[in-house]
Amino acid sequence: MSGAPHEDIDAHSGTATTGHEWDGIRELNTPLPKWWLYILYATIVWAIGYIIVYPAIPLISGHTPGVAGWTSRGAVTQELAQLTQQRAPMTSTLEKASFSEITKDERLRTFALAQGRAAFGDNCAPCHGAGGGGAFSFPNLNDDDWIWGGSLEAIQQTIQYGIRSTHPDTRIGIMPAFAQILNTKEIGQLVNHVRALGGLTTENTYDKPLADRLFGEQCAACHGDGGKGNIELGAPNLVDSIWLFGSDKASILQTLARGRASMMPAWNGRLDDTTIKALSVYVQSLGGVKTVP
Amino acid sequence: MAQQAQSTGSVGPTKAFTAGELGLVLTAIGMAFLSILIAAKTTSGPYACHASLFALASAGSVFAIFNRYLARPAEPASQEINGKPNYNYGPIKFGTLISLFWGIAGFLVGCIIAFQLAFPALNFDMPWISFGRLRPLHTSAVIFAFGGNVLIASSFYVVQRTCRARLSGDLAPWFVVLGYNFFIVIAGTGYLLGVTQSKEYAEPEWYADLFLTFVWVTYLVVFLATIAKRKEPHIYVANWFYIAFIVTIAVLHLGNNATVPVSLYSPKSYIVWSGVQDAMMQWWYGHNAVGFFLTAGFLAIMYYFVPKRAERPVYSYRLSIIHFWALIFLYMWVGPHHLHYTALPDWAQTLGMAFSIVLWMPSWGGMINGLMTLSGAWDKLRTDPVLRMLVVSIAFYGMSTFEGPLMSIKVVNSLSHYTDWTVGHVHSGALGWVGYVSFGAIYCLVPWLWNKPQLYSLRLVNWHFWISTLGIVFYITSMWVAGILQGLMWRAYTSLGFLEYSFIETVEAMHPFYIIRALGGVLFLIGALIMCWNIYRTIVEPAAEQERVPGGALATAH
Repeated sequence: MSGAPHEDIDAHSGTATTGHEWDGIRELNTPLPKWWLYILYATIVWAIGYIIVYPAIPLISGHTPGVAGWTSRGAVTQELAQLTQQRAPMTSTLEKASFSEITKDERLRTFALAQGRAAFGDNCAPCHGAGGGGAFSFPNLNDDDWIWGGSLEAIQQTIQYGIRSTHPDTRIGIMPAFAQILNTKEIGQLVNHVRALGGLTTENTYDKPLADRLFGEQCAACHGDGGKGNIELGAPNLVDSIWLFGSDKASILQTLARGRASMMPAWNGRLDDTTIKALSVYVQSLGGVKTVP
Repeated sequence: MAQQAQSTGSVGPTKAFTAGELGLVLTAIGMAFLSILIAAKTTSGPYACHASLFALASAGSVFAIFNRYLARPAEPASQEINGKPNYNYGPIKFGTLISLFWGIAGFLVGCIIAFQLAFPALNFDMPWISFGRLRPLHTSAVIFAFGGNVLIASSFYVVQRTCRARLSGDLAPWFVVLGYNFFIVIAGTGYLLGVTQSKEYAEPEWYADLFLTFVWVTYLVVFLATIAKRKEPHIYVANWFYIAFIVTIAVLHLGNNATVPVSLYSPKSYIVWSGVQDAMMQWWYGHNAVGFFLTAGFLAIMYYFVPKRAERPVYSYRLSIIHFWALIFLYMWVGPHHLHYTALPDWAQTLGMAFSIVLWMPSWGGMINGLMTLSGAWDKLRTDPVLRMLVVSIAFYGMSTFEGPLMSIKVVNSLSHYTDWTVGHVHSGALGWVGYVSFGAIYCLVPWLWNKPQLYSLRLVNWHFWISTLGIVFYITSMWVAGILQGLMWRAYTSLGFLEYSFIETVEAMHPFYIIRALGGVLFLIGALIMCWNIYRTIVEPAAEQERVPGGALATAH
């Protein structure tokens, strides 16, 4: 290396080169920078210390536990316990409280809303939207049009057992496919009729007496004589301007001819009862209950 | 193959096939028949398509070898002409140009997926161009297609020049560059058609992996055989790094792709590792791909092109030895830092973090050696944008190799992991370090390879430099902000003890940063397009016999 007989000194730095040259490239024989070396040593010392403190060296069965006794499982258990402890006083009250007690106690209601909001964001938002605004076939929760009822108990039941879910206690309502029951002309009349009920324009072919008769025979059983819906059967109100499956003619034709059966899963077992209770309070708070029985 | 081609040195006046030519022709014919058989029997459309490509490529190589045989003289290419090495530049020229093509393709796809993240409607509900398929296309195109071709081309150049020996093998170097690029085509089209083994940075299926293994072993043999016949007494430091890169990538490739195909007629295979062992193998591979492909390989480029361009000696030989061995020893251990707070046992996570911290100084050893080589030539940064690009690449290398150990610390990682901070970190290394050192090397290489006095325009290099640098700054700063914001939002609790934000709210908060990032990518792409124009003009410009500029001087071998 250095001190070779053919000592070659670089003019700029005054440092000797190694005496070799590759394609015009030479190498200086500069010693290692001190700061670099000391930081390297410091990191090695630190690493040895870290390996002693934390679980590190694999053995035949198991590994060195580390003098701090730290484990990642232990750490996460501890953090969760702290969180549970922080919530504990309110959670235990909420667990026992009835809906009317929650509604009366402002502090409890605030807690339920906070818990419900967090649970909603993680579990409900993918379908109903982060703000509960809904989407095609996923109901908007910000209005007071409750298909299966807007009381806290009704909302709780919907969340627990779902709609057309796999749970035995699920809510079930069926919008049949009328393509098998009515002919094209009749379905066309009903499309116009449903639009008329919702205050939308109709075609010239719309024959109101005929449509009234068809509606009475086929639709009124679930949607009611005036088309105001029935929350017992989950039959939507047709005389408002809220359209779960679209209000244009093609969409209504699809709804009538093929039927609709969107699904909401049952959350019983996936979320604990207190969380579902909190969710019910939160969901109701989104849309309000002014016109709901 | 490399040795075969040489061992036929005693050919008489009559032209004859070399053993290498004959062997490759026979192999290609066999390969063509096998491919046709597979194409006929498989039930998978994409696999049949790939088998057909293999058949076409095999047939094409048979014709190419015959044509080359008819055109070539009876004697094999001589090792020296007038006492000077007869360097073999053909495969290097090909590798250099194709790296530009893949670079543009990879940067473009990167821009597309960046916009897809900001505006998901740009997926157009078409599976072939959905984010999930384009993302591996982007990563493979920039790392393996662009970076890989730069590495192969530059290594073939550097090893010849620093060994003063002609590249070993006759057909072998061509098999390496063409075979490697054929692998890229198979891998890339596979992603679009949905053929993937779903391992990050190792997506190609078993048949592509197997083919790459042959190419890569040939690459190693060519490289080592060239070093073995060197005229210099010592092996230059750049070549140590190239060897470390080639050998380790071979080991990683075999380890992480240990799969069992369903059958010869199925593109699907299953990995022999399972569960957390598979995750550990994946990130042992993944981080060493960073360490040996994107670091060791490009450090080799730095060790040749920086002293060459600056016309200064390398700063410290001793530092190069120490940081080389420290780097290759330590990188092997740091993979677990990708699996902090997962099912990976705690002890492995501890070791991964400890070794990552110790890796900080060995990485900076490379940075010091690169930057300090400029000592005595700093003034050249004002006048030579190519050298500036090389130096800035080293600065980015230093920055991202500080950021890496920082992010491997568990408490930092608990904030940064799974966020866009990781993406920003990767890109400061990828755009700043790998991109710029490659651009610098290409700007040096092209005039040398095509025997031009200098580049067509240094002003255009300057434009490339500033536009790209602005792009990189946009990219990494937006991702820092986005990542840290994301991490803080995920862990934010309300005073009542509930999560403050739902996941979708954190996604929504990323939107402005995703747009800034995409624009940064577009600037980087524009810079690269300027480079392509400059390179094109450099090559087609008639070579005027004029004074060579000092920085772009065509170096002599002595």
